[in-house]
Amino acid sequence: MLFVRSPRVIFSLNGKRTRTNAHPMKRLLDVLREDCGLTGTKEGCGEGECGACTVLLNGAPVNSCLVPLVHAAGSRVTTIEALGGRHRLQRAFVEHGGAQCGICTPGMIMAAIALGPRPSIEGIRAGLAGNLCRCTGYSSIYRSIADASRRALVRPAQKHAAFERRARRAR
Amino acid sequence: MRSSRGLKAVGRNVLRKDGVEKVSGAARYIDDLSFPNLLHARTIRSTIPSGHVVDIQYHGDTTGFTIVDHRDVPGRNIVALIDDDQPCLAERTIRHFAEPIVLLAHENRERLNAVDVQIAYREATPNFDPAASKTSFKTIAIEKGSLDEGFAAADVVVEGEYRAGHQEQLYIEPNGAIAVPAGGGITLYGSMQCPYYVHRALKVLLGLPDHKVRVIQTETGGGFGGKEEYPSMIAGHAALLALKAGRPVKLVYDRVEDMVATTKRHPAVIHHRTGVTRDGRLTAIDIDALFDGGAYATLSAVVLSRGLIHASGPYRCDHVRIRGRAVMTNTPPNGAFRGFGAPQTQLAAEIHMDRIAGQLGLDPVRVREINALRPGDTTATGQRLGDCSALQVLRAAVERSAFKRRRRALAGTNRGIGLALFFHGSGFTGGGEVALASKASLALTGRGARIFVASTEIGQGTRTMHAQIVADTLGVPYDCVEVNAADTGEVPNSGPTVASRTCMVVGRILQRCAEEMRERLGTLTPGEYLRTHGPLVITKQYEKSSAIAWDDHSYRGDAYGSYGWACDVVEVEVDPDTWQVKPTAFTTVHEIGKAIHPMLASGQIEGGSAQGIGYALFEEVVMRDGRMANCQLTNYIVPTTLDTPAIDVVMLENPYKHGPFGAKGVGEMPIDGPAPAIINALRHMGIDLREIPATPEKIMAASAERTGSGITKSRSARRYTKPSSKTLHALREKP
Ligand code: FES
Ligand code: FES
Repeated sequence: MLFVRSPRVIFSLNGKRTRTNAHPMKRLLDVLREDCGLTGTKEGCGEGECGACTVLLNGAPVNSCLVPLVHAAGSRVTTIEALGGRHRLQRAFVEHGGAQCGICTPGMIMAAIALGPRPSIEGIRAGLAGNLCRCTGYSSIYRSIADASRRALVRPAQKHAAFERRARRAR
Repeated sequence: MRSSRGLKAVGRNVLRKDGVEKVSGAARYIDDLSFPNLLHARTIRSTIPSGHVVDIQYHGDTTGFTIVDHRDVPGRNIVALIDDDQPCLAERTIRHFAEPIVLLAHENRERLNAVDVQIAYREATPNFDPAASKTSFKTIAIEKGSLDEGFAAADVVVEGEYRAGHQEQLYIEPNGAIAVPAGGGITLYGSMQCPYYVHRALKVLLGLPDHKVRVIQTETGGGFGGKEEYPSMIAGHAALLALKAGRPVKLVYDRVEDMVATTKRHPAVIHHRTGVTRDGRLTAIDIDALFDGGAYATLSAVVLSRGLIHASGPYRCDHVRIRGRAVMTNTPPNGAFRGFGAPQTQLAAEIHMDRIAGQLGLDPVRVREINALRPGDTTATGQRLGDCSALQVLRAAVERSAFKRRRRALAGTNRGIGLALFFHGSGFTGGGEVALASKASLALTGRGARIFVASTEIGQGTRTMHAQIVADTLGVPYDCVEVNAADTGEVPNSGPTVASRTCMVVGRILQRCAEEMRERLGTLTPGEYLRTHGPLVITKQYEKSSAIAWDDHSYRGDAYGSYGWACDVVEVEVDPDTWQVKPTAFTTVHEIGKAIHPMLASGQIEGGSAQGIGYALFEEVVMRDGRMANCQLTNYIVPTTLDTPAIDVVMLENPYKHGPFGAKGVGEMPIDGPAPAIINALRHMGIDLREIPATPEKIMAASAERTGSGITKSRSARRYTKPSSKTLHALREKP
């Protein structure tokens, strides 16, 4: 870090106006994890290959390890923490084995959100090609996403009691 | 699947214990933790593969730095494991590239990275060739019957040599640890599989008694064996710095350092010489295996052992000799990786089996049906099998994938279909479980019980599956069973989380704890019991079934308590322009005793199969002068969504009487089969490959050897000219 005072960068983080004095060239990933205290976004490679650091920038998925903070200035940044554990994709990933060790999961879910409401299987495979998972072999991730989009269609508001109870406990 | 009568949790897909934390981003992995006054750390490593350190110079401002080298080790400067040959920090001698020499710590990462450490060496001549190595870590011979007799009974002798390269575990969370000085000792947090391995290594390195070292596993982002023994090294480094600085120290590798410096799967060269009768019966098996251990012994001896015990495949034969060596080379040490030697040896066995079939003019299914182990048969170590599902999985996979019909349909195209039949022993090899003497505890709580084991959750579902076993044994709902963190300050030593033993071995000890707890409870509820009798904690230790006998000296006896059995069928398509292979259909049938949690078990099979596809086709560790040249995710390629076909998983159950609810191991077996099945699918297309990974370059070379044939280069007609029977014959004869 340069020993000069960095200009202030302002962006919207999970719907909240956020200002930081972090260096404008600091990786968005580090700003989120270190300056904003949101450690749900993970680092798997630091070179844009694994997708563990996926967040949404103005609604589009980006590898936050490749984005300098200054690129996010004035933008909307959405991380896994924004979903609060209640998003139907999150529930589906628990119910269908989409998360094993879980290190790829936050990035995977953010990338899945960007697929839109009813992705085809080919759309899922293409859309997640930049997100590596070493545990699942991907099939259970497809099943999770497919189930979440089925749910969105059929009974969007229905709550799963056991899941909600556990989600509350975890929070 | 058998119905789970009377079982409320076992056999059902209950919600995994750690699911909500993981999907919400709340789960804390090592790099997510911070401590007041935390220092960051950096490892300075050798830049030569062999030689001696002559001089160390620091350039840049090192004021305020904590610097550690071998002279700061208060105990023994080793990574305590089996042979104790590996220093935690190199003293003078350098045996491989990226060997740790000096450790630096500072609170400011920019300053930490700004210092340049120059090390002068006197270089020695390195050896990278296992065949030329003069140092063996381990030599093993397994003998059964008489080879002379076996070969005398043979009509045909088939010979061949098979090779497998390194493989990187590539857990998505790199290795990392945080050491916190505490009361004259150390508390170590880290990403790991085996807290008690780290505990022991720290005691030896730091010269501390048991109670001064506490090891706590943090949420671990994948292991696959890569976090079996290596965490002892990184924990030692963090602890040495923390003790010297008197402050917490965080040491987390980036991807490049993790790939360059940590252990990988052993490369192996395996030679087969087999006698068969004209009708396809194996009469003699002679196998010679050479495993490249890298610069230090790590777990090479036991990797070799498991590899050799599985080397003749799931086949019956009266006359067998299996010999093998694990040797030293000047490359970074190789170590544990899912499968643990068995993927290499069963790759060779299964390619060889297809070559035997080809030579005899039998189809691959027939030759396996004739020779597959049956109940009552003996394995290479003389273990008499009570149960054995080799034939069942083979027949189920062949039928499910329509193997025979597809094989006819694809003949002569740029597509092929191949299969592999394989098995995998659950638990530690031979007398290993007796020596481990694992313990597990169960404490009664107001609602149910709390599990205390050192077995770690690394994605496979340890917490969930253990809680299911306890819930149904104790007769309480699954949600009323809690699982304690794997913290050596609180849990007993349940042995390492490796070798497909967590469910079958540790799960069974827990089940015995729960059985006794249930008896003690009688008609009382947990709450009533606590109010009348006070706290109840039950601890049990591993008990060997009297039926298991093993002699480590002669390598004879019951190598494993039980085996899982499996068969993979894979269809592939070869691009006629790029020679790239694409798996298009994948069927796998696994017999695993009993699936405690069918979804988790099938998750292991899907994930392991995908890793096996990577092993077969993409994952090439390029070693240049003893150094991994492609130590990045940009050029070390693991399967993505686009490379992984849908995997059709079938689980058969054949309960094992000493496993909890009949369960055997499942974690490792799935990686043994995909590589040989894929190579055999290429063989179906006439491509004679005996080496993995099957990169386009190798396939092109193998195809070019067949003069006048090959996959035609025309996009319009993606058909390939069938090789003449003469070239095929020549191919088959080539040893
Ligand atoms: S950490 Fe950003 S893509 Fe891997
Ligand atoms: S769940 Fe472990 S990497 Fe995806």
